[in-house]
Amino acid sequence: MLSSDADSVYWMSRYLERAGNIARFLDVNWHLTLDVPGEYTEQWKPLVITTGDQNDFKARYAEENEENVIYFLTADPNNPNSILSCLRMARQNAIRIRDIIPTEMWESLNILYHYVQDGCKRPKSILSDPNVFCSEVKWRNLTIGGIAAEIMANDESWRFFSMGKLLERADKTSRILDVKYYMLLPSLSHVGTTLDTVQWAALLKAVSGFQAFRHTYGRIVPELVAEFMILDHDFPRSILYCLTEAQHCLHDITGTRIGYFTNPAELQMGQICAGLSYHTIEEIFEQGLHEFIDDLQIRINVLGKAVFDTFFSRVPAIEQTQDN
Amino acid sequence: MDSVLNFDSYDTGPFYDEMFLGPGKPRPGTRLLMEKLRSLSQHELFARQAAAEKAFFDMGITFAVYGDEQGTEKIFPFDIVPRIIESNEWKMLEKGLKQRIFALNLFLNDIYHDQKIIKDKVVPKDIVETSAGYFPECHGLNPPLGVWSHITGTDLVRDEHGAFYVLEDNLRSPSGVSYVLANRQILKRTFPLAFSASRVRSVDNYPSMLLDMLYSIAPSTPNKPNVVLLTPGVFNSAYYEHSFLAQQTGITLVEGADLVVHEGYVHMRTTRGLFRVDVIYRRIGEDFLDPKVFRKDSLLGVPGIMEIYRQGRIALANAPGTGVADDKAVYSYVPSIIKYYLDEDPIIPNIPTYICREKDHLDHVLKNLDKLVVKAANESGGYGMLVGPASTKKERDEFAEKIRSDPRNYIAQPTIALSRCPVIVDDHFEGRHVDFRPYILYGQDIQVIPGGLTRVALKKGSLVVNSSQGGGSKDTWVLYE
Repeated sequence: MLSSDADSVYWMSRYLERAGNIARFLDVNWHLTLDVPGEYTEQWKPLVITTGDQNDFKARYAEENEENVIYFLTADPNNPNSILSCLRMARQNAIRIRDIIPTEMWESLNILYHYVQDGCKRPKSILSDPNVFCSEVKWRNLTIGGIAAEIMANDESWRFFSMGKLLERADKTSRILDVKYYMLLPSLSHVGTTLDTVQWAALLKAVSGFQAFRHTYGRIVPELVAEFMILDHDFPRSILYCLTEAQHCLHDITGTRIGYFTNPAELQMGQICAGLSYHTIEEIFEQGLHEFIDDLQIRINVLGKAVFDTFFSRVPAIEQTQDN
Repeated sequence: MDSVLNFDSYDTGPFYDEMFLGPGKPRPGTRLLMEKLRSLSQHELFARQAAAEKAFFDMGITFAVYGDEQGTEKIFPFDIVPRIIESNEWKMLEKGLKQRIFALNLFLNDIYHDQKIIKDKVVPKDIVETSAGYFPECHGLNPPLGVWSHITGTDLVRDEHGAFYVLEDNLRSPSGVSYVLANRQILKRTFPLAFSASRVRSVDNYPSMLLDMLYSIAPSTPNKPNVVLLTPGVFNSAYYEHSFLAQQTGITLVEGADLVVHEGYVHMRTTRGLFRVDVIYRRIGEDFLDPKVFRKDSLLGVPGIMEIYRQGRIALANAPGTGVADDKAVYSYVPSIIKYYLDEDPIIPNIPTYICREKDHLDHVLKNLDKLVVKAANESGGYGMLVGPASTKKERDEFAEKIRSDPRNYIAQPTIALSRCPVIVDDHFEGRHVDFRPYILYGQDIQVIPGGLTRVALKKGSLVVNSSQGGGSKDTWVLYE
């Protein structure tokens, strides 16, 4: 496929996934505040840290309260990672590949974009009930995922779509875990209390993993939550699961056997997956969870750049003429 | 009870009405549709119009409102009452269009080779050579199958007696066919029963016909030809159409930057390296096609592509240089062109045209500006045009000045009282002027898609149907015998 089309499919997918993730953890957090008595503004600060935009936020907003954080994450056109901005970018990419993605996918994305754009013209309606807004973003996103699974041919464009989605998801799961784990741990006075359990459950719900965790582990124990979110083999939003699947997509695109590399993307991907696959959670804690995740995020960024150099950059392609 | 939108007060006026023979008397082919419209309550009709508009919006068949920072988008105006063409009329049009396209292709081939028609003094040399669509760089080109204009969208109008005329030949890269298909898709949902009972010919085969035509002009290749559609990009006003046609035919939508000339062939840049391209359906003007040959400042094209084309290693549809045949001054010679190459009279006549470069024509035009429509020979889209009867004295004076300073660039025609179709206006029907653009494909043979784009001037009394000037569109039903 065209390098430029692969680029657009990949980024459309990443931006969609990013919008869905923001909607998911924003919604969970809002529900959580309903359970927490009194003023609890501390609850909103980690959300901004999770998206990695705390500097931008601090420069433009005075206080990390509910109203500001929700506006910043949903409707703020100047925040490149707000739901509005993500969907705008997803749609701009989709327009470029409207000829190759299923019509149903384009229409769903288009309808979602117009829904979000309309909602963001009246931010008060989002603030008064973020759940309605976030649910629509979440459900439409799931619909688009369903269309990808049910209608798209499992060809190169589908693999770039999947790879973009999986890399974005691995990154977001790692950020949510990183930020929330340390917010929750020090509250020793809460250990074993109802509030404590509710908060850990909320962390799992933010990655739609609460039910799956219950089935696998039963009781909520912080170390097990971390293990589940990083290393679980079956949960589709665990970091290891996402990266392993992304590696399959990558090698399906190139035709190289897993275990070998022929380009920078495969090299970076192989290093990340090998590091994750053959580690226990105990070893990760020994290294330090935060240090581990920090390192992982840097590696995912390097991988993103390698994917660009390998497939999307139009410049070096000229050396490898291929007859048709 | 809900009120019904009826035609009791519908006034056909002094015009040919596409739907009515006279007040209250529908034409035979429109009877079933009329019955359907009469059976619908006002509420239901409005609901169907709204559903059709929502479908266009959701499908993203929209344009961005200029200067709106919130990114508001609008659909192109669309009226759900279709325009109907009966089979006997269609047969005549089909024959006439084939005749015209056949002759114009012979003309193009002659102009870029021996110029016999100029030597025989049928078309003046300077008319050809001063046309903005004439490119000397195209001399000696031999497009596959000898066809230059593979895709044509000819504009037709009807006068108050119902006679069809050719208004304009569009042989460069006519747009609008995606709306023919989208309008049809929506209208089938809007009036399913009336549609099936009326026995309407299908237009859905257009993408297959287009693909066959594009394959038919491919240079020989051991594999399936690789066909691409070259677009100027997402900001082009016809971008939706480009992506729609690529999607429907499965060909790859590319921009100039996706293509490169390498080792004697045109290639596209893929995730696995360069991949050879055999056929380009180009939707960029030839002046932008190759900065080495045409406009040096073009960033939309592919440097070096013309040399590959000259060597026959890539096919282009339409061929570069076709614009000379749809120049509005050359237009006035088309009846002679048909006579010269085919020894036939034109089946669909031209509108009588005054060419301002001829002294006696110029004098007549300047004296009768209030009665004529004056057009710039090299413009389209309803720009650079004066509709005499609707103009002010000041506008006429300004236009007279323009004509005097560059007579070659202007032609004038009598104002045709275009035929009308009913459209929904608030709570009733009113007649509005329409034109018609059928689409013609030319590969192994010439095919006319049984349908086309009916454009309608939605402003009361207006004769300008272009979407840039307040025009909308309608579905067009060509009926079986």
